Amino acid sequence: MSETTHGGIMGGIAGRMPKFIRRADPAVLTAFACIVVLLLLGSLYSRNFLSPEYLLQQLKVASFLGVIATGMMLVILLGQIDLSVPWAVAAGAMMACAAAAYGSVGVALAIPFGVLCGVAIGIVNGIGVAYLRIPSMIITLATNAVAQGLMVVYTGGFSPQDSATAAMRYLATGFTIPGVPNAVIIWALIGAAMVFALTRTSFGRAVYGIGNRERAAYLSGIDTRRVVMIAFAVSGGLSAFGGVLLAGYASKAAQSMGDAYLLPSIAAVVLGGTSILGGRGSYLGTVAGVILITLLQSILSVMQMPEAGRQIIYGVVIVAMLLLYGRAPASR
Amino acid sequence: MKDWRYRLAEQRGTLLAFGIFIVMFAIYSGNHPAGFTANVVQTAANKGVLLAFVAMAQTLVVITAGIDLSVGMIFTLTNCMASWLVVGTGLETAFGVLAVLGTGLICGAVNGAIVIYGRLQPIVTTIATGAVYFGLALLLRPVPGGSVNEDLADFLTGRFFGVVPASLVALLVIVLVVWVPFSRSELGRAAYAAGSSETAAYMSGVPIRRGKLLAYTLAGLLAAIGGLFLTFFTYTGEAAYASGNAYTLFSIAAVVLGGVSLFGGKGSAIGAIFGALAFRTIGDLLFVFDFDPLWQPLFQGVILLIAVSLGAFALFRVRNRLEWFL
Repeated sequence: MSETTHGGIMGGIAGRMPKFIRRADPAVLTAFACIVVLLLLGSLYSRNFLSPEYLLQQLKVASFLGVIATGMMLVILLGQIDLSVPWAVAAGAMMACAAAAYGSVGVALAIPFGVLCGVAIGIVNGIGVAYLRIPSMIITLATNAVAQGLMVVYTGGFSPQDSATAAMRYLATGFTIPGVPNAVIIWALIGAAMVFALTRTSFGRAVYGIGNRERAAYLSGIDTRRVVMIAFAVSGGLSAFGGVLLAGYASKAAQSMGDAYLLPSIAAVVLGGTSILGGRGSYLGTVAGVILITLLQSILSVMQMPEAGRQIIYGVVIVAMLLLYGRAPASR
Repeated sequence: MKDWRYRLAEQRGTLLAFGIFIVMFAIYSGNHPAGFTANVVQTAANKGVLLAFVAMAQTLVVITAGIDLSVGMIFTLTNCMASWLVVGTGLETAFGVLAVLGTGLICGAVNGAIVIYGRLQPIVTTIATGAVYFGLALLLRPVPGGSVNEDLADFLTGRFFGVVPASLVALLVIVLVVWVPFSRSELGRAAYAAGSSETAAYMSGVPIRRGKLLAYTLAGLLAAIGGLFLTFFTYTGEAAYASGNAYTLFSIAAVVLGGVSLFGGKGSAIGAIFGALAFRTIGDLLFVFDFDPLWQPLFQGVILLIAVSLGAFALFRVRNRLEWFL
């Protein structure tokens, strides 16, 4: 598919390039090129932009989005989408903080409990998509609404425990290795696990197979429904884990904390060259997409752009980048 | 089968939505402390009509097998615009209304152009354009405020002859002016055909691109009419992210309740209107039965979840497992 799409002119130029560039996905290269351009633009605006401290700080902020986008990528590779991210993030954060109110056992189990709540949301999504064959964007919107309803009921009436535990704060802001924030290490570990799962396990191959053509994958003996179900559960769990980290970073959970992560997580995956129709994409691209989005957000906030301008630039950039390399083939 | 049975089968979704609405509204007004009075009907109509407009907008796009996740944001944007423009003398107000409706048309046309000519997925496109529309709304109204021509607002939200809610009459007029001509036109049929099977429609020379573009554009217009009415009800403009998102979500729920197929090609805006009215009534049932309003979001979410899961019953009719995978 990619050979036929990017052949022709690109092939002529690419023929003279080193092998590792020739093999790389043009979308991933574009994303990395955009990162370089953004860094240069930023350094024109402020000298601190290229300092190691600032870049490390950006990487730390990016790792929250990175964890969430990892789950989103898995679902998008299947040709589905997970719109329950906002309240899966919030539910993970709020439930982890809530568990901390129940003594020392609660504190110890806070993080697993938060993640499990996300997994539960993901499993409902998975049942809907895999077994009931409901379009993923509809069922995930519905579970998002239900999760929101549950959280509103939970917070209403009395003021719940909402401060993060020491372990959550340590995961998000501490340093196990001097100079490298824990959040970055966590993202790296999750990313490595995802790369392993996608490229070295039968589960990963099944994900790509289903994304290309679920019928063919089913006929070749894959239990496609189980794979879809697991992918949604993982996505829900990772969203909630992202929420747990965010709560640790801000040292408290808030209701609307997940709203700012839906569009960025989809955008990061798609800008990284993963086809929104499924079946094609690499984790390296998602990493590039996450860093690209984070840098864009950072530059806009350094420029003290108001929220309105940020939203507009955001939407325009995503549509523009997609028009560059995310188009579906023409119908003829 | 006789002719009328085909017609009945075609309208089954709409009739079902109508039935659900009638039953729900009977329970609602039966248990309302004030009973079935013109006042209760007027309030319910005013709330329901807002969602009905947005649901009609969603229907047009869903018919083409697309989805518009920016309807709520177009609704919010036009609300903010109307709170600036629909003021002053009669002429100024008229100009303001036209400008607001024009904005809606443009927003819808932009969505359509990107999806059709840019060949991007409707879902990602409309999430991104929704962010742009919300950004514009926030530019117009960083803080809630503004005003509206109150004579016009009171006229359109009041009652005719003391009985008939004016908003329902407005809804009927819009249906007659926008939906009926669209669904009977060549391009309207092209939109249905594109949603039913884009390849087959393309091969038969149906103008699918123009049909889909018209559907997206009119969806923007209907969302703008909704935004205009929101301004008439609230007298202010507010760039509220949560409310815009809620309207997008509820519009999908209304469309599903109204018997419009999310796979495209099936259903009508009339069904979606009754779906919207039914959804609103179900949501308000909690108030009549004196539940804590805190439960309302959960209740609405569960209704949505049940409504979308009902479509799964079609699976039992599938004989060949391969047909699970479209």
